[in-house]
Amino acid sequence: MRKPSWFNVVSLTLGFAFLYIPMIILVIYSFNESKLVAVWGGFSTKWYGELMQNEAFLDAAWVTLKVGVISSTIATVLGTMAAFVLVRAGRFRGRTLFSGMIYAPLVMPEVITGLSLLLLFIAVGMDRGVATIVLAHATFSMCYVSVVVSSRMASFDESLEEAALDLGCTPWDAFKSVTLPIIAPAVASGWLLAFTLSLDDLVIASFTAGPSATTLPIKIYSSVRLGVSPEINALSTLIIGLVTIGVLVASITSKRAIQKQKRDELLAVH
Amino acid sequence: MNIARRLLITVPYAWLVALFLVPFLIVFKISLSDYAISIPPYTPTLELEEGWPGFRAFWAGLDFENFVFLSEDSLYIKAYWSSLKIAVLATFFTLLIGFPFAYAIANAPQEWRPSLLLLIILPFWTSFLIRIYALIGIISNEGFLNQFLMWTGIISDPLVIMNTNTAVYIGIVYTYLPFMVLPIYATLEKLDGSLLEAAQDLGCTRTSAFWSVTIHLAKPGIIAGCFLVFIPALGEFVIPSLLGGSRTLMIGKVLWEEFFSNRDWPLASAVAVILLLVLIIPIILFQRNEQKHREQNK
Repeated sequence: MRKPSWFNVVSLTLGFAFLYIPMIILVIYSFNESKLVAVWGGFSTKWYGELMQNEAFLDAAWVTLKVGVISSTIATVLGTMAAFVLVRAGRFRGRTLFSGMIYAPLVMPEVITGLSLLLLFIAVGMDRGVATIVLAHATFSMCYVSVVVSSRMASFDESLEEAALDLGCTPWDAFKSVTLPIIAPAVASGWLLAFTLSLDDLVIASFTAGPSATTLPIKIYSSVRLGVSPEINALSTLIIGLVTIGVLVASITSKRAIQKQKRDELLAVH
Repeated sequence: MNIARRLLITVPYAWLVALFLVPFLIVFKISLSDYAISIPPYTPTLELEEGWPGFRAFWAGLDFENFVFLSEDSLYIKAYWSSLKIAVLATFFTLLIGFPFAYAIANAPQEWRPSLLLLIILPFWTSFLIRIYALIGIISNEGFLNQFLMWTGIISDPLVIMNTNTAVYIGIVYTYLPFMVLPIYATLEKLDGSLLEAAQDLGCTRTSAFWSVTIHLAKPGIIAGCFLVFIPALGEFVIPSLLGGSRTLMIGKVLWEEFFSNRDWPLASAVAVILLLVLIIPIILFQRNEQKHREQNK
């Protein structure tokens, strides 16, 4: 092992400082007693208390959560189906268009996706609200899910499935007991990705939300436009905390799952 | 072809056609319509119940007026150019910071690398909006950077960074850094150290070995990272709207304002169509680069 050079140590330190200092300061100042964001007025959790009393934020959080869970579940089902089509269905008419429609939303500017969906909802006379945000989020996140799942499926040994079919499984049984357990980690991380994309989205939600449904990012955006506030600091700290815990738990469990799978494979060989 | 397979193809296909392809055709159609003070605010609208004459009237009402207007009004041309300039420069700055960062991670001791990678990925999962908000706390006039610099006595008046193009550059570099670091890391990690030694044995200096071996082999990762930053940066709305000033012109912001403030839907749709045309070339180049890379790996 080479000794880390000073250049690499400096790059790492500066790089991580750049990424993390803004967020660390935000977290520290969410416990600031003073309303003035730049002045430290002593430790306090009062902004968290005020946040919990703020009906508008709580409502928006509830809408966001609802949209996130429903849209990412739809996206996971559709995205997994699409991954199967991409990897397994072979040739069929319109395949190029299909894969184009899977990859295009990944690079599409959000303003265009949002605008086009809004114009669609208006053209068919759909009232804007939770349902329209769900449809919009499910559409763009299913593409992310299908990319995640199809990359896992591409490295998957099809003969396992064929063996199950030879041994008398119905196609559905073979899918349930062979394919699904193998692609399950990819499907789960696809769901998680779809969920965070939905929680995070401002632009598409702004186009597709109606007056009856406001999501948390829309609410945060409109208050950030007015300037920095301790309440938003508290809210951001909660979100950063939840995401950090989520990512850590997910990375530890997936590491364990991979280790277990390796062990099982070893046992099966012996 | 059995029923299950047909169903498997049809369901996601129909979903994408209905919610991705058709909306685009609608944007394209409306971009050819005229602005009107009505609900919806454009004419002509397609009246299906009027049958063929209705369709003919609709067809006759379409024209390229909005595109002519866009090409003649200097505001829009300036907005496209300034988006391109901001996206190109921001991508360059991200590369300048991202490459040494990725290089350092790839050269870190093996057992540190997973944790370092996790630290890169973590901000990517954290809300985009919150990260920009955190940045405002640093670079605003009464933010921490100014407080710190004034405390040390380097400057006596606060630096004005907020609401300028500089803030937009910082914002793009800050939020898109993981997109640059990860693909570059992926190529550098596979780099065989003995190649560098071989180059040096053959008479290269360390610097020239770095340029002709490391940079050369990391090229696919560098190109992928640049596209992953450039493409979303070009259509970016949140960063110019929160960090940029009133004079920051970016096309995503113009589209948003045209739609929500001026309520000129046909013009907003035309802006969207042109943005898409501008993006098609980098997107195709990006796909080619990925494909080439995949084939090389096989």
